[in-house]
Amino acid sequence: MTRIELVRRPQHSALFSVLSPFIAVLITALIGGIMFAMLGKSPIGGLYAYFIEPLTEIWSIHELIIKATPLILIAVGLSVCFLSNNWNIGAEGQFIMGAIAGSVMPVLYPGITGPMVLPLMLVMGMAGGAAWATIPAFLKARFGTNEILSSLMLVYVAELFLDWLVRGPWRNPEGFNFPETRSFHADAILPEMLSASGRAHYGFVFAILAALIVWFMLSRTLKGYEIRVLGESPRAGRFAGFSAKRMVFFAFIVSGALAGLAGIIEVSGAIGQLRPAISPGYGFTAIIVAFLGRLNPLGIVAAGLILALSYLGGEAAQISLGVSDKVANVFQGVLLFSVLACDTLIRYRVRFVSPQPAAAPEAVR
Amino acid sequence: MTASASEKPGPAPLLAVEGITKRFGDLVANDAVDFDILTGEIHALLGENGAGKSTLVKMLFGSLKPDAGRIVWNGERVSIPNPSAARHLGIGMVFQHFSLFDSLTVAENIALSLEDDVPLSTVADEARRLGEVYGLTLNPEALAGDLSVGERQRVEIIRCLLQEPSLIILDEPTSVLTPQEAERLFETLDKLKAEGKSILYISHKLDEVKRLCDRATVLRHGKVVAHCDPRAETAKSLAAMMVGEEVQAVRRTHDAPTEDKADRDIVLGVHNLDQPPLGPFSTPLRAIHMNVFAGEVFGIAGVAGNGQSELFEALSGEQLQDNPNVVTIGGAPAGRLGPNGRRRLGAAFAPEERFGHAAVATMPLTENILLSRHASDASAYQSGGRLGMLRRSALGRTLSRVVEAMDVRKSGENPDAGTLSGGNLQKLILGREFDRRPRLFIVNQPTWGVDAGAAARIRQALMDAATAGAGALVISQDLDELLEMCDRVAVIHDGEMSEPLDARTVTREQLGLLMGGAEPEKHHGVAA
Amino acid sequence: MSPDVIQAILLTVVTAATPLLIAAMGELVVERSGVLNLGVEGMMIIGAVTGFGAAQITGSPWAGVLAAIVCGALFSLPFAVLTLSLATNQVATGLSLTLLGLGVAGMIGEQFVGLPGVRLEAIAIPGLVDIPLIGRLLFGQDPIFYLSILLAVGVWWFIFRTRAGLTLRAVGDSHGSAHALGINVLRVRYLAVMFGGACAGLAGAHLSLVYIPQWVENMTAGRGWIALALVVFASWLPLRVVIGAYLFGAVTIAQFHAQAQGVAIPSQFLSALPYLATIVVLVLISSNRRMTMRNTPASLGKPFVPDR
Repeated sequence: MTRIELVRRPQHSALFSVLSPFIAVLITALIGGIMFAMLGKSPIGGLYAYFIEPLTEIWSIHELIIKATPLILIAVGLSVCFLSNNWNIGAEGQFIMGAIAGSVMPVLYPGITGPMVLPLMLVMGMAGGAAWATIPAFLKARFGTNEILSSLMLVYVAELFLDWLVRGPWRNPEGFNFPETRSFHADAILPEMLSASGRAHYGFVFAILAALIVWFMLSRTLKGYEIRVLGESPRAGRFAGFSAKRMVFFAFIVSGALAGLAGIIEVSGAIGQLRPAISPGYGFTAIIVAFLGRLNPLGIVAAGLILALSYLGGEAAQISLGVSDKVANVFQGVLLFSVLACDTLIRYRVRFVSPQPAAAPEAVR
Repeated sequence: MTASASEKPGPAPLLAVEGITKRFGDLVANDAVDFDILTGEIHALLGENGAGKSTLVKMLFGSLKPDAGRIVWNGERVSIPNPSAARHLGIGMVFQHFSLFDSLTVAENIALSLEDDVPLSTVADEARRLGEVYGLTLNPEALAGDLSVGERQRVEIIRCLLQEPSLIILDEPTSVLTPQEAERLFETLDKLKAEGKSILYISHKLDEVKRLCDRATVLRHGKVVAHCDPRAETAKSLAAMMVGEEVQAVRRTHDAPTEDKADRDIVLGVHNLDQPPLGPFSTPLRAIHMNVFAGEVFGIAGVAGNGQSELFEALSGEQLQDNPNVVTIGGAPAGRLGPNGRRRLGAAFAPEERFGHAAVATMPLTENILLSRHASDASAYQSGGRLGMLRRSALGRTLSRVVEAMDVRKSGENPDAGTLSGGNLQKLILGREFDRRPRLFIVNQPTWGVDAGAAARIRQALMDAATAGAGALVISQDLDELLEMCDRVAVIHDGEMSEPLDARTVTREQLGLLMGGAEPEKHHGVAA
Repeated sequence: MSPDVIQAILLTVVTAATPLLIAAMGELVVERSGVLNLGVEGMMIIGAVTGFGAAQITGSPWAGVLAAIVCGALFSLPFAVLTLSLATNQVATGLSLTLLGLGVAGMIGEQFVGLPGVRLEAIAIPGLVDIPLIGRLLFGQDPIFYLSILLAVGVWWFIFRTRAGLTLRAVGDSHGSAHALGINVLRVRYLAVMFGGACAGLAGAHLSLVYIPQWVENMTAGRGWIALALVVFASWLPLRVVIGAYLFGAVTIAQFHAQAQGVAIPSQFLSALPYLATIVVLVLISSNRRMTMRNTPASLGKPFVPDR
């Protein structure tokens, strides 16, 4: 069997830092093609349906932007977490809690209207997401509890809490017992940007703004430096006088607030009411977005658009090819695998070594 | 091809190495190295840090694969693909950074390096028996993580002897021992030699090599520069072969503080510092008391793992004290201040671990300069008020200054810290502190693993700083270094510190006894 | 309550605990080798769907069990190649294995939705099963339960009583030292990861062949993650994994019984109990620093790249 050997590069490869996401997308397309062939579909047709067709119509580009908005918002927050070595994988739960907290006004006080309702909803959404994220942050800082497991468990709790709300106390009194809240009134709806051509709302502007602000913080300020030092080496960070505990709170609160903002934007912009399921797994897909964007907020904007495309492509392919929309999830998983594998090229040269001494080792440089 | 050894007169060598070469990328770690070892001899492999000794040994033990050259064992050409093959040939190894498993018992540690068919139950008894034969007592049921450094080495040696090797390789075995422990090790080695075993003894300590070894091979920059009889050489001539150039002796440029210390400022005061253990294998600190005066170099000797890093972290502010007056810097209470608060009082720190503590390997040099200076020199490196925007051009200028002052060799304008050699990185780490002109230096193992040139430069810079009126606290395992630099030396053992002694009059034996934990009361006569 | 009712309740506790026990035991071996595989949930759901599918197609539940074990082990391979041969971040790679597993299982399982399942029937051990109170509990169970007990004893014996187990612990304690001694670190870890995959697959098969013999999307419902938490709870000791798994089984069942009895608490709150209990347990165990630090494999989660 061929063995893989890694040879550490003296210096990170700048070339592969740029190339690796593209190689990853290419590998994913290749595996996707093989998968379509195995399902008995034309690989080219399948890939076209997934990645090109949704871009051929204006309304569909609007949908793309709608789907990309939560992915970008959440992933930008996650980049702060992952760079500082805080593994928040409960963004899905923070998204839901943000949606719930942001919906308090239009659901419980539908009589209150006016231009201040929407800003208040957005702020409450951010607060809700941040508060939910503070729980694993507190447990990690105070007791050393593993944040991966605690933040993930809270996703299930948040989902059940939403389920209870929309079936119980928040159920629409005029809704024929459907498990959903009343529809938001006009002042609680995030307006559309170009309502003539499609549904895309102003949430996308928030996503771009968030990406720009976090990019500036990470690359130009002492705070960003602190985040990176603590992520690379907690001990060196302590030597520099940075507090790892405070960073746990900072990272979780920033990412929780952005996930919460994504939640209320999704509910107020795209759905218009609360339902038992308001997310097709945005909080988890955003993890892929964050890595595909190489934890750089500007890269994340591009990565968010690509993964939004896979959601749309999934819906499109279901109609045009008759394949399951679950294929999109497989694509996303394969993509993350490829991204992680390709990132190895940045730090190492990879050699494939055959056990026969005669065969010369091939080198990928 | 038959063995070329037959061409030589005298006994055939047990092991002959011919033209061994090993490259790591552009670096040639071993360049056509030749030497041989006879049966029943102690052979020294001499060379300073980075000369390629460890690389060579790893190839002999099968941990690395040579790129070229041959290894001849008992007259036959052999290849050693892995450590188990080395053991089959009869090569045993005692590692420099002991390769013990902390969470396993001594017996389990030993069992791991024996053949698979040795039943686990007999290992403990056999280890105990061998220990008695060679005077290396140990408890097979103890967890390796709880052992002292000396005990850990005993486990390594027993583990090696149980394989009944004909060649034993020891890599820098005394670097962590007290002089007395080292002497006991030498007796064991003499005993093994008398039994006809061969020993490859790797060291950069000249006295030991002269005391112990029959022949020596000297390596420099990966090449063999000499084969010699160390007993016929002087320490000076051996040093010249090893280093290649005359290393400047460190010049004492200041007077040792005289008796009237009362006139001098106390730059660092430590009063009754107690600290509980920080983790499962950490040492507690007990009632540490000391004053470091302006203009002096104060040394702390001790065997590794006796509380040095714990003391360093307590002084640097990485661990806070409950009472602010337990640590004073420049007379101001600092016990409740973190590292940056203490830096603002004029202190500078250089920890033992370079990567992951003093520097971040994956970050460029400018960002590593920022690591210790973002707060103490905030106005120089930040702009935009609360925004805290970084001033990269100012950082670049500081880097040039440090590189110039300390002669840091690097590739490229601003490479990642991970690309620097140990010596150059340490010069950068200390250089970024010298550049601030602090009043107090606290450094832990400042020249550990550093080549002779860089080590001399670092020592000189610290002494010059003391001459200029700063105080320096140097924690080191290297007694020669401490005796060369310091005005006063204290010893730390098991988290307790001895009274300081006058470095001009104290002997290595006195220090060695204290390092081994002898009761200080018995030696009060030597206290300054 | 009559003894029969108590026995019936205990039976359901055991059934709920078995998949947790198996998956956690596998992950314990993986983590003892120094690898953190967060893909348990993904491997488990792959086991559930392939187990269900193979049993459906062949009509034999045993074919399902076998398929689940093999597919679980195979599905762990991409994780092993990335983290071991390519030295990628174990946390991120494990997460992606879970995401991929949920996606692939959803895709494969679409054709199985609503189909009647094949149940792996209980095997009563004659004679012993009639012992009052404990008879049915210990000797009238499904075959995977017996396997899980064998597995627990076997893992304990392997880790603490065999040479190979000693090697496994050594690799998890310090991969650098193990490499220096000539132990093939990557091979040990490959085998450990695949064993973990096989166990997670078997645990998934228990869900879709015994616990609820049908295919429901996302039917693992976080059990893989709870299994990960159990390993931490058990501080890497096999016996404590057994205790932890049955405790969690009891919480799950208590919650079902409360719902069935019509307790005046909304069902969603009761359903959240196992997840909240997981968090509480993690907090309790992590606040006891000394104990956890002593047993944590020291090289857990750190990539190993040997010099060449």
